[in-house]
Amino acid sequence: MTPALPATTPGCDAAPVLRERGQREVFCGLTGIIWLHRKVQDAFFLVVGSRTCAHLLQSAAGVMIFAEPRFATAIIEERDLAGMADCNEELDRVVDRLLARRPDIKLLFLVGSCPSEVIKLDLTRAAARLSVKHAGVTKILNYSGSGIETTFTEGEDACLAALVADLPADTTDAPSLMIVGALPDVVEDQFLRLFADLGIAPVHVLPARRADDMPPVGPHTRFLLAQPFLGETARTLEDRGARRLDALFPFGAEGTTDWLHAAARSFGIDEMHFRRVIAPGRERAKRAIEHSRDRLAGKRITFLPDSQLEVPLARFLATEAGMIPVEVGTPYLHRRHLAGELALLPAGTLLSEGQDVDRQLDRLRAARPDLTVCGLGLANPLEAEGLTTKWAIELVFSPIHGFDQAGDLAELFARPLRRRDVLRV
Amino acid sequence: MQLTVWTYEGPPHVGAMRIATAMQGVHYVLHAPQGDTYADLLFTMIERRGQRPPVTYTTFQARDLGKDTAELFQQAARDAYARFQPQAMLVGASCTAELIQDDPAGLAEAMRLPCPVVALELPSYQRKENWGAAETFYQLARRMCADTVPAPRPDGGRPTANILGPTALGFRHRDDVIEITRLLDRLGIAVNVTAPLGATPADLARLGDADFNICLYPEIADTLCRWLERRFGQKTVRTVPIGHGATRDLIAEVAAIAGVDATVALDTSNLPWWSRSVDSTYLTNKRVFIFGDATHAIAAARVARDELGFEVVGLGCYNREFARDLRVAAALYGVEPLVTDDYLAVEAAIQTLQPELVLGTQMERHIAKRLRIPCAVISAPVHVQDFPARYAPQMGFEGANVLFDTWVHPLVMGLEEHLLTMFRDDFEFSDAGGASHLPSAPLPLAGGVGGGPVSTANYDGTSPPLTPPRAEEDLWSADAERELLKIPFFVRGKARRNTEKFATERNLSTITLDTLYDAKAHYAR
Repeated sequence: MTPALPATTPGCDAAPVLRERGQREVFCGLTGIIWLHRKVQDAFFLVVGSRTCAHLLQSAAGVMIFAEPRFATAIIEERDLAGMADCNEELDRVVDRLLARRPDIKLLFLVGSCPSEVIKLDLTRAAARLSVKHAGVTKILNYSGSGIETTFTEGEDACLAALVADLPADTTDAPSLMIVGALPDVVEDQFLRLFADLGIAPVHVLPARRADDMPPVGPHTRFLLAQPFLGETARTLEDRGARRLDALFPFGAEGTTDWLHAAARSFGIDEMHFRRVIAPGRERAKRAIEHSRDRLAGKRITFLPDSQLEVPLARFLATEAGMIPVEVGTPYLHRRHLAGELALLPAGTLLSEGQDVDRQLDRLRAARPDLTVCGLGLANPLEAEGLTTKWAIELVFSPIHGFDQAGDLAELFARPLRRRDVLRV
Repeated sequence: MQLTVWTYEGPPHVGAMRIATAMQGVHYVLHAPQGDTYADLLFTMIERRGQRPPVTYTTFQARDLGKDTAELFQQAARDAYARFQPQAMLVGASCTAELIQDDPAGLAEAMRLPCPVVALELPSYQRKENWGAAETFYQLARRMCADTVPAPRPDGGRPTANILGPTALGFRHRDDVIEITRLLDRLGIAVNVTAPLGATPADLARLGDADFNICLYPEIADTLCRWLERRFGQKTVRTVPIGHGATRDLIAEVAAIAGVDATVALDTSNLPWWSRSVDSTYLTNKRVFIFGDATHAIAAARVARDELGFEVVGLGCYNREFARDLRVAAALYGVEPLVTDDYLAVEAAIQTLQPELVLGTQMERHIAKRLRIPCAVISAPVHVQDFPARYAPQMGFEGANVLFDTWVHPLVMGLEEHLLTMFRDDFEFSDAGGASHLPSAPLPLAGGVGGGPVSTANYDGTSPPLTPPRAEEDLWSADAERELLKIPFFVRGKARRNTEKFATERNLSTITLDTLYDAKAHYAR
């Protein structure tokens, strides 16, 4: 006699989560500066930290991009710690010097780090003090990108949450839509065109490309998260009366459709009109994914915790590319924002939150998936063990959202597999 | 507080990682928050290492701070020992852990781990990467040599030497070691231990067995070499064999200490003939700016002046620990020493000096790229391209060959320079065509193509724009401007700057044809 099947949904929304505590192999929130400083073009990010922070930023940036920095580090020195110099006076001096050199800076973020948190340097007060001093020229905000509080993409979350607190109030009675999360300009423009074609207006984006363009927020603001790691930003938006539209994240044809659909429903857009508008993009996305599907279908994939993009990407790869997720690790699992995503993950997927890297690598070596998505520190060592890898960080830097990037997204995963097959050395 | 855009050196615990990662059988337990794990990618991505660095990070979080981060450290150390079974362990704190004062040294001692444990005190808010590496190497070697007695030397055996200093993430250390090992072999000298690269803690315990030490990279090995002189009475060879002449000096120094015949190793590189051959005439007095770690910068200056016939117009280093050596060298070349770890100061110096070639680190490569000045990299900090697949030492005779090629190739070749002058009026040879070896889209040149200022639209560095907004734009008369366009593109920027400087110094309101040629005569060599 076969045992009765448990009466649960086939997805992972009710699945147990392996919570781990141990050595983590992830970036801290400062890393977000690398893409945020390119997004807001008149903003500057001043990390108040140690030489390690400066070294992290340039190492992360140096390996991945070559760019002129609109970020810098105010390095805390022995004399600051020994009390020979007043940290606040020192910081004011550094900011004055910076702003004198760069009068084009309209928005300055003081970014807290592990050392500044531990010595309890109050950057909120510093930002308020300096804002008065530089009023009318430069706005000064602060957030923490420290590794004791934020993991990798949580830095963007903290940055956007700081921006939300400062957004102007929307006093109109008309509903408006806000897209939340730093997207590459090209992707943002695609979404804005789609919303315009759907007849949804006004549509704002957070962060805007310029400091004085930041969107208003109020009780009639409805927002779509473009990234799954924006828990704190969503909470602060809700505190200001805005309402989150629940949807899948806009990865792949299905994710993007669902994401756009949530907005269309909320704004009362006619269903037939919605389908007509999105049909061309949706078809293009499906055709583009098809190019990689043969390579990906049936292949087993493990995500090590990195950017919190793991769950939506695993959902995309499972439902649209036929991949089999083995373990989906994430630094932090936001159950509410990911509910729809989790329901679509194949039953049996091991969900893990947090990390004990050596134990996780033991599981990985036992499972030997066809593809492992991991951080830069682990990729080459795993390749050397014969495990094919995909750098997780590329998923944060590349345009992967929306219909017209769906094929590129699939290709990012297919490329390492294809390379493994073509090499004869 | 120090405002820093780019930094030449990482924190001292990264120096310690360079020692641990270079060695076998060492494990480093670092009390640090999760973000510090970025340092792994320096080794796995930049150096393409196929193993993770042997480092366990405790990765404490904010919520641990009120509780027991000390217990977290001990747990991590216990787990690391159990998993990796190292011969020796390093323990220490990164910048954040230093502030919470958990005392890894005391905690580790209390644990009585069944292997030697070296507690590192690396003050993160005072010191930097090279210092951290030197201190770690010294502390570990000292601990491993604590109770050792040098093995008796057999009579008539080959003299032996230790090669000290090569680390993980070092600039061409891998290949330099091969080159110097071969050189010693030709002299009939056996290598006792090469460390830290490839050595185990047990190897370090044998350091005293060698007759003498070769301090290949003073930034890393000087502290240890001084201690070994006292502990075992070993002499230290201090010549850094970068360049043809320096390699011959090393051979002479080694031969004298070891009592062997130097002539058997007095090979030659191709550098002397390549440099004397006529195509190299155009290298004469090329103005070169040199910046790097003190050892590489000082060695490069000698090669530049004495072996390539360049003129050294600037010399500097970022590591203050070796500032005295650099100042002595700068005096030798009659230039102001530049000892700074401020990238902006180096950029300003290069802008002022307007060299024709920059020999520097990856930082200077970026500066030179923006200023459109040819550049070759001679020193750490390193980038992925500083780990070539091919054999490319900087030291020894093969190293001298590598130096010739890598420093000369960025320049326009001698014969090419003649051809450019001959054909500059040829319609196919116009500026619009751009350089034949570059992508077809012509890039803006310093000083501007066709007289236009360099576009700074995409420039968002913290330094001032490289070309000042040109109020002097109307300084140029139409005929002088036209004449300027006839000057080959690769020297036009310089001609423009020199002429403007000449005019400004003489309070000329207009640059005429005559001004242009007066300036040319003034600056002619």
